[in-house]
Amino acid sequence: MSSDPALLAAAGPGGPGRRLSTFFYHRPRAALGTLLAAPLGWLLIGYLGSLFVLLLTAFWDTNSFTAEIVHEFTLDNFRRIAEEPVYREVAWRTIRMAALVTVADAVLAFPIAYYMARVATPRTRNILVVAVLVPLWASYLVKAYAWRTILSGNGVINWALEPLGLQFDGYSTVGLWLVFTYLWLPFMILPVYAGLERIPQSLHEASADLGGRSFRTFFRVTLPLVFPAVVAGSIFTFSLTLGDYIAPDLISSEQFIGTVIYDQYGVNLPVAAAYTFVPIAVMTVYLIVARRLKAFEAL
Amino acid sequence: MVESRATRILLRLGVGVTLAFIYLPLVVVAVYAFNESITQRWPIDDFSTKWFSVAYHNPDIRDALWLSLQTAAGATVVAIVLGTLLSLAMSRFSFFGRDTVTLLVILPIALPGIVTGLALQATYTTVGVSYGLLTIIIGHATFCIVVVFNNAVARMRRLHGNLEEASKDLGADSWQTFRRVTFPQLRTALLAGSLLAFALSWDEVVVTIFTSGAQQTLPIWIFANLFRPIEQPIVNVVALFVIVVSIIPVYIATRLAGAGDLASRRPPKETVAAAVETAP
Repeated sequence: MSSDPALLAAAGPGGPGRRLSTFFYHRPRAALGTLLAAPLGWLLIGYLGSLFVLLLTAFWDTNSFTAEIVHEFTLDNFRRIAEEPVYREVAWRTIRMAALVTVADAVLAFPIAYYMARVATPRTRNILVVAVLVPLWASYLVKAYAWRTILSGNGVINWALEPLGLQFDGYSTVGLWLVFTYLWLPFMILPVYAGLERIPQSLHEASADLGGRSFRTFFRVTLPLVFPAVVAGSIFTFSLTLGDYIAPDLISSEQFIGTVIYDQYGVNLPVAAAYTFVPIAVMTVYLIVARRLKAFEAL
Repeated sequence: MVESRATRILLRLGVGVTLAFIYLPLVVVAVYAFNESITQRWPIDDFSTKWFSVAYHNPDIRDALWLSLQTAAGATVVAIVLGTLLSLAMSRFSFFGRDTVTLLVILPIALPGIVTGLALQATYTTVGVSYGLLTIIIGHATFCIVVVFNNAVARMRRLHGNLEEASKDLGADSWQTFRRVTFPQLRTALLAGSLLAFALSWDEVVVTIFTSGAQQTLPIWIFANLFRPIEQPIVNVVALFVIVVSIIPVYIATRLAGAGDLASRRPPKETVAAAVETAP
């Protein structure tokens, strides 16, 4: 250890910094409080406070002529969402979409995750992890926009299909399904890869020794063991689809939970606020089920 | 190796197809930025860089770029300060309600962006705040904290407290210990976290729409103009620019933090587990 003069000078008794330091050393609660005050204040007041205001807003009334918010308690907004069939239809359509996207992502994620975890050399594996990770962070608006051009009548897909005499209406629910599947795919690949990597090699060998062929090993050993990781990935694919409004806006003309909230918030903020409780409720249930399936240990 | 030769070939094929799928849109954006024509038709007939100079001289885009940079810088600074404080508290103390704090930190990215956006909008409307740079920064910082926090906490977990205790035994006070012992070890993790926070804020659009009022960040400018056929060529250029500027810091961050840590845009295992422990 070098004897740093600054350090030694400060080590002597006295200075205000030293006294403060001693004070905190003897009072860990005060030290903790000082560390936590700013970030907790920000999150409690700024964020939880906002969520609380959103909750309150959902119970407020609107003047039906001026569309202005009237600060009177009412359950009408929730009643409207429960009773008007449009809202229910949109909610089901969104949940169905989220489920289909999740299934597609799980299927697509498997080969690359499996290759990364069990076939690739460590060097290739690292390259692949970065190759999957970096686009995950690239602007999601730009990616959705890119798909808008790819799926258009003059786009890449229809150009590729033309020689086959086929045409694909990209601005449709199927197109949107493709885009969502694309957007959240890395969120599925990474946990599945991590899950596969955790399975001990010996289990695969044991299965092979006992006569299990590749397919049998895969379906009887690998798949059950990696299932929690798939559920973990599905939390993201499901939740992100549920609340999104940009991709539906760009790709499809159909309404989804996100687009309804987005269209409503300027017109009728209380109804929009009430409708946000649909994705919140669905995600709460989803997380509870995922926890039962041990998904959180696989994250 | 248990996998047969045929399986491995098939897997390699699958990897190729998946990577092609992942990179196709990014390549298409890049190519369209050099499209000479104003109509967006594939394949492109003539290539040109003229739209780059058009975009460069567009005053709206310059304003949006400036606002985006200010926002990302502001949100990153707030996130570094709050995220570091939190990570120190969470990794060096155990206290009642720790899990609740963890839940609170990840909530802004666990809930759909539209919920966060609308909540902030409802609050701004109720309180009567006028929209400006600050309202956007508040929104962005809220979901950027978790990124810095995750990186710092992952690093702290590996460090243990021994060196800090040694430093105190040798007579350093808390601040000296932080500055000379803890911080140097945290530095790369914090840098990686702040690069990711910058990237996250730089291309955010979902929350920004609700918190920006009439101003435009670059992503908002894209969103406002992408339905206008006239603006398409410039949108392409800006889109390429946005994606390049967000990918570079993320790539550097992966080098700094090690790819493993980086999957932590997703909250790490402990945080999610804690979140669910405390869920209703």
